[in-house]
Amino acid sequence: MVGLTLGPMIYSLYLAFTKYNLLTSPQWIGFANFIQIANDSRYWQSARVTLLYVLISVPVVLVVSMVVALLMNASIKFITGYRALFYLPSLLGASVAVATLWRQIFGDSGLINNALAALGINHASWIGDPGTALYVIISLNAWAFGSTMIIFLAGLRQVPQELYEAASVDGAGRFRRFWSVTIPSMSPLIFFNVLLDTVHAFQAFTGVYVISSGNGGPSDSTLFYTLYLYQQGFTQLNMGYASAMAWILVVVLAAFTGVLFFTARYWVHYGDR
Amino acid sequence: MTTQTATSASPRPPAMARMIKRPTNRIWISVLRHSVLIVILIAMLYPLLWMVAASLRPNNEIFSSLGILSSHYTVDNYVSGWTGNGALNFSRYFVNSVIISALSVVGNLIACSLTAYAFARLEFPLKRLLFALLLGTLLLPYHVTLVPQYILFNKLGLINTFAPLIAPHFLATDAFFVFLMVQFIRALPSDLDAAARIDGAGHWSIFTRIILPLALPAIGTTGLFTFINTWNDFLGPLIYLSNSQLWTVPLGLNAFLDATGGQSSYGSLFAMATLSLAPLVGFFVAFQRLLIEGIATSGIK
Repeated sequence: MVGLTLGPMIYSLYLAFTKYNLLTSPQWIGFANFIQIANDSRYWQSARVTLLYVLISVPVVLVVSMVVALLMNASIKFITGYRALFYLPSLLGASVAVATLWRQIFGDSGLINNALAALGINHASWIGDPGTALYVIISLNAWAFGSTMIIFLAGLRQVPQELYEAASVDGAGRFRRFWSVTIPSMSPLIFFNVLLDTVHAFQAFTGVYVISSGNGGPSDSTLFYTLYLYQQGFTQLNMGYASAMAWILVVVLAAFTGVLFFTARYWVHYGDR
Repeated sequence: MTTQTATSASPRPPAMARMIKRPTNRIWISVLRHSVLIVILIAMLYPLLWMVAASLRPNNEIFSSLGILSSHYTVDNYVSGWTGNGALNFSRYFVNSVIISALSVVGNLIACSLTAYAFARLEFPLKRLLFALLLGTLLLPYHVTLVPQYILFNKLGLINTFAPLIAPHFLATDAFFVFLMVQFIRALPSDLDAAARIDGAGHWSIFTRIILPLALPAIGTTGLFTFINTWNDFLGPLIYLSNSQLWTVPLGLNAFLDATGGQSSYGSLFAMATLSLAPLVGFFVAFQRLLIEGIATSGIK
């Protein structure tokens, strides 16, 4: 296990400093890959697209999950049914099948445009428009919020009821109770979901590939980091360049994780017992 | 919570007493909650239902229709998708997907449970360091190992075989499932092992006769999620399988989409897409409780 992860990691670090196309042996080129990356406008475009995606889709998923979990927390009836149905999209969301469906729904004569046409509005393909294509992919990710929601829901049921009662006695209103009791009690789970959802969002691939036909279009508006890495490594066989990209991603994610863990001491509260 | 407040005999705090005094208000809030949830659910699930309906409709009707009901349903799309049109052969893709997923599940169950037993019950040098490394790989983007693994399998001449997709599972590379099982096995009382050891049981029989049967929930969760992940996997097959005879269902669907582009055979595309989701939904219906408990308690996604 360690052999199959750690060994390749070190090899990958070595490759990041080489030029390698699988046919000839790797050739040491020092920092040339990184210098090329710094001057590669498509690289920066992919970094920008991915960052935008993470910054929008992670908060959207977290807020929607929290709101739905709160709605379900109080109404106990049919809760297992609701949980199951809300979770279903998470199970299917990573599949190519659903991505093809999304391509139809947001396509030129897809479900949404047909519905708009019925209202007398004509709109071109949402996927073909560089201004909206990224949001189609964000909506696919947001659609699968169920697993995050279930973690929140499980957490909400653990919040000690006495805390709410004590807060009510002290005259706290609904909003105040949410802000001062629910959020702090849930902070370990919020931390967990922020961390995992962000790490996952940085690695989004399947939906991106299928919806953009594998090229990150239109005009590179959905050129995700992973997609560009795939293109460099596996369609152009720039294995060294791809490894350098992968290592930059590792460093960025490690930095993000480090910062999150550092800030955790200010906002994540573990039970005192 | 309702039962709690009703049966509680202790003096209630004023706020709770206030809530109980207004039952009509609470009913309205409850109705409102349910309506909001149902509206969200319908919006979420409508596309799926629409796809299933579209797969059962003649092609010329798919694009004109927003609704789900139709006057003439047909299974033509399934027949034409399954038997293959031109270059695509979905019956083969389904067989390939089943082989890969089944072997991956077997591999993951064997490897992860053995590794987890070692971490949970045995003492060996560098155990803490290795466990920390294992946890570290949870957050590692898989792209770092993608290129070197590809180079390795390329050197071994295993491109265009199923080996690169299956072999890693036999080497316990899914750190998450190892972690899940370690946590589960650690929670089992170690008195059982001790008792068995007194009766002369070795590690192997403790593992197979005591730990495995008790760890069935964790094993079930691991098996299910491994299946779901490998069934949905797209990047792995995309990289390793260029020979279309070896394609899996996701690759087939993607190629179908690229080939049709237009609208002429969206019916068969949706039929095959629906069929590809069927095993997932089937497992989900059968093991829904196990899956959801698994997420709620361990945070798998």
